[in-house]
Amino acid sequence: MATRGLLGAIGRRASPLSVCRYLSFTSASRTISTLVIAEHEGGSIKASSVNAVEAAKLLGHDNSISVLLAGSGQSLQEAASTASSCHPSISQVLVADSDRFTHSLAEPWARLIQLVQQTGVYSHVVAASGSFGKNIVPRAAALLDVSPVTDVTEISEPRQFVRPIYAGNALCTVRYTGADPCVLTIRSTSFPVDLQAADSKSNEAPISQVDLSTFEEESIGKSRYVKLASQDTERPDLGNARIVVTGGRGLKSSENFKMIEKLAEKLGAAVGATRAAVDSGFVPNDLQVGQTGKIVAPELYMAFGVSGAIQHIAGMRDSKVIVAVNKDSDAPIFQVADYGLVGDLFEVIPELIEKLPEK
Amino acid sequence: MKIMVAIKRVVDYAVKIRVKPDKSGVETQNVKMSMNPFCEIALEEALRIKESGLASEVVAVSMGPPQCVDTIRTGLAMGADRGIHVEYPDALYPLSVAKLLKALVEVEKPGLLILGKQAIDDDCNQTGQMLAGLLRWPQGTFASKVILDKEKQAATVDREVDGGIETLSLDLPAVITTDLRLNQPRYATLPNIMKAKSKVVKKYTPQDLNVEIKADLEVVQVTEPPKRKVGVVLSSVDELIDKLKNEARVI
Repeated sequence: MATRGLLGAIGRRASPLSVCRYLSFTSASRTISTLVIAEHEGGSIKASSVNAVEAAKLLGHDNSISVLLAGSGQSLQEAASTASSCHPSISQVLVADSDRFTHSLAEPWARLIQLVQQTGVYSHVVAASGSFGKNIVPRAAALLDVSPVTDVTEISEPRQFVRPIYAGNALCTVRYTGADPCVLTIRSTSFPVDLQAADSKSNEAPISQVDLSTFEEESIGKSRYVKLASQDTERPDLGNARIVVTGGRGLKSSENFKMIEKLAEKLGAAVGATRAAVDSGFVPNDLQVGQTGKIVAPELYMAFGVSGAIQHIAGMRDSKVIVAVNKDSDAPIFQVADYGLVGDLFEVIPELIEKLPEK
Repeated sequence: MKIMVAIKRVVDYAVKIRVKPDKSGVETQNVKMSMNPFCEIALEEALRIKESGLASEVVAVSMGPPQCVDTIRTGLAMGADRGIHVEYPDALYPLSVAKLLKALVEVEKPGLLILGKQAIDDDCNQTGQMLAGLLRWPQGTFASKVILDKEKQAATVDREVDGGIETLSLDLPAVITTDLRLNQPRYATLPNIMKAKSKVVKKYTPQDLNVEIKADLEVVQVTEPPKRKVGVVLSSVDELIDKLKNEARVI
């Protein structure tokens, strides 16, 4: 325990050089090298994966970060080239090009992570905890016989993390004491990327292909992708939006929910919803904000007709400014709101749309 | 085909939890405990599959201290045929739960495993995926719809993913984890609660199953999240727009 405490103290205060000396003195395996599991779409690396690189950077000063991308064909190659310059801390981009990875099925992906870990021997494996990371990373961890840490919001030491439990009503600090690699998924909203620092056209990381010749087919082919039903929208992505406008049961119908969409358009905001609004069929499920839906932390979160159940608060409590409009002045949402307005949303929303300045 | 469902005993979802003053964890003494909501959905789905004639038996499994038997009884009252309790005095991490479930799969040989997508206490969202990995079975996580094809021995699963709904086809045996919208769990009726008392709950220990419980994680401390500062109640839309523009500077 004493050694760990000392290590922690040094990690926080001393210069990178002395940390290295101390680390190499105690154990060579403490050198940090991270594999970031990245997700890509339409020839570009996803913003949440860049957040994962930002988190990986915080694991240690001398951290060599490799980004793993898998998929097939042209869009993979384009994504690899955008990934190589998406963050200055990336030291290499690994590309696994095969039809097996065209759709993000957990079975081949988990096996791929295991294979890359065996050849690269990383101290850490990091991914963003979206539906992609949550699906794949625990399976890979089981293959590696290690316990993963889900939804990390703070990295205090290379193997010590803070994560919310009980719908964010408690924060748990955990220490990973097992063998390498230490596997974690991170909450992207907790690791914002400074866009100017991230623009590193001048130092592009080298791209190399993953050797898939030893990739066995065992356990693969037992699952097949059928289709994806997605809602095309022009609005910003809910997970990364600067402003989020959310509607709850108080909207009463999907027709009325269009008011929320209109307000969002005016503000350049993303649209969110409560479980009640999704279950009543007002909007599709991927807009649900909460413990079991998406976790958001925008600059401005506006909740209309939302009571503020524990499970919903879990998904938005870290927003910078929270506005609540509800006709029930006792609604729990007012306990977390910075600005509350007790009133009828059917009057408030149109008035807001009218009076808000043009974007 | 036999279906095995894993259920967890957790602090009831509606309880406002309290962090212990010594920061060792969350108070669970004298707090209402219930079946994890996602596990209820998993059990409901298994029961529906059985009722449609596609499964012969539903086995409910829970792991942890003796009180988990109450959770298993709730499952039996909903309609599960029998229960299995793996007794262990302390908290189990998902990796250990997955290893214990794998050992039980080798004993029970189910054709399908259904779990909740996450427990609402540790919020891990790992066990189903880890179990599928250990078994080398295909996985259908965050399921909002499950259709079984007996002839092809396959399951078509709609999954709630970030961009919408993804559909996969899985060869059986497989592991499925449930999302909220898969179904609406039933209530146990009084006659079924009575009947549940005579159903069998078999006990195992990790030793019986040859699983060594080793934890590679330790909890350093549990704290309360930072409190938000008290907000203000405004009286008009004009005031709200003014505050957002000039005080918060977010629009």
